[in-house]
Amino acid sequence: MSSASQTVGPFFSIGLEHLNRNDLVVPGIAGTVVTIRGQILDGGRQPVPDAQLEIWQADAEGNYSENKCEAAGHSPAKFTGFARIFTDAEGRFAIRTIKPGSVRGIAGAGQAPHIAVFVFMRGLLKPLYTRIYFPGEAANDSDAVLSLVPADRKDTLIASVSEKTDSFEWNVMLQGPHETVFFEW
Amino acid sequence: MHDPRRYRKFAAGTQPEYLHPAYVSSVKRAPTKPLILLPHTKTETTGPVFGHSLVTAADSDLTAQHSGEPLGERIIVSGRVLDEDGHGVPDSLVEVWQANAAGRYTHKVDQHGAPLDPNFSGCGRVVTDAEGRYRFVSIKPGAYPWGNHHNAWRPQHIHFSLFGAGLLTRLVTQMYFPGDPLLEFDPIYNSTADENARRRLVAKFDWTTTERSHALGYRFDIVLRGREQTPAEK
Repeated sequence: MSSASQTVGPFFSIGLEHLNRNDLVVPGIAGTVVTIRGQILDGGRQPVPDAQLEIWQADAEGNYSENKCEAAGHSPAKFTGFARIFTDAEGRFAIRTIKPGSVRGIAGAGQAPHIAVFVFMRGLLKPLYTRIYFPGEAANDSDAVLSLVPADRKDTLIASVSEKTDSFEWNVMLQGPHETVFFEW
Repeated sequence: MHDPRRYRKFAAGTQPEYLHPAYVSSVKRAPTKPLILLPHTKTETTGPVFGHSLVTAADSDLTAQHSGEPLGERIIVSGRVLDEDGHGVPDSLVEVWQANAAGRYTHKVDQHGAPLDPNFSGCGRVVTDAEGRYRFVSIKPGAYPWGNHHNAWRPQHIHFSLFGAGLLTRLVTQMYFPGDPLLEFDPIYNSTADENARRRLVAKFDWTTTERSHALGYRFDIVLRGREQTPAEK
């Protein structure tokens, strides 16, 4: 039986910041560079300044990397697909990366481009798991995971186009009418 | 190609629910709408890779990160990271953080009036060996008060963060100490309904790793989620 999860608590940054990275772009990488910005809000619509996101994504060809992750401050030579980001005092975060390609899904069907996200914070006894999808993708309509989500909640998983080129906005609403879709993982 | 084998469902009561009102911070942060049951695709069965070059010897000895020795009772925490079939998980990144002997974290928002220790940062990391073994040297963390309810105190604990083979093996937990009288009052420890699951978060005092005239040994094994068996394995 798997060990029980416990909250990261309020002081996790001292133990976890060594892996922080808000830029996954490496020299010569193939694909479109994108920036995703967002904010985490709690049930009182208050920003969450003490959250951590971990993202995991494929490269532009839809392949997951087996390259080893480097500590914060060291620039990896190769794309790893993993980043750990803390929210700032206003609950905001930003990640610069490349848009992932289509990853193989269940029964051979392709999945729409997406980024997996774990959210950790004080108050969460286990991490929340969600996904970021991209707007305007034809594959979103046939994606097996998005298809499980009620139509009126799908937009919580799809980033919106920001004013800047190749820049997207994706927020995490922990509760409320626009509560982000979280998955039982 | 076959679809990836799913990770096993968690046994009932062995994991906390998101909403645990006794832990007040969960009330405005736990999801309120139904979670969507996720198929496990390549996204979920692959995961980040961490090499042994990510950690140094000092990263696993929290008593040797400064010019002097930290105050407190020296301890050696060791054990294995296992999967649900009892196999060791090699190359698993284990990250730890904890309060000092007085119950104070080296974190700017920790307002507890206990002293900081200039010789103790309270964080470390190690990558498991081929059999899933890990070992840290540290000092026993102190209990500390928190604002959850009147006269609330956290039992002594060390935070553990782990990555296994595949994203959905991700685990953050806490290790507690045997015989701590605060355990029965702690809403975080008690957020897991199953008593056996709770007890497995309590380390065991261990003579075999206790070092004469040096440090007390505690043993703490951690189990990461396993995959469902294939029909042939059943």
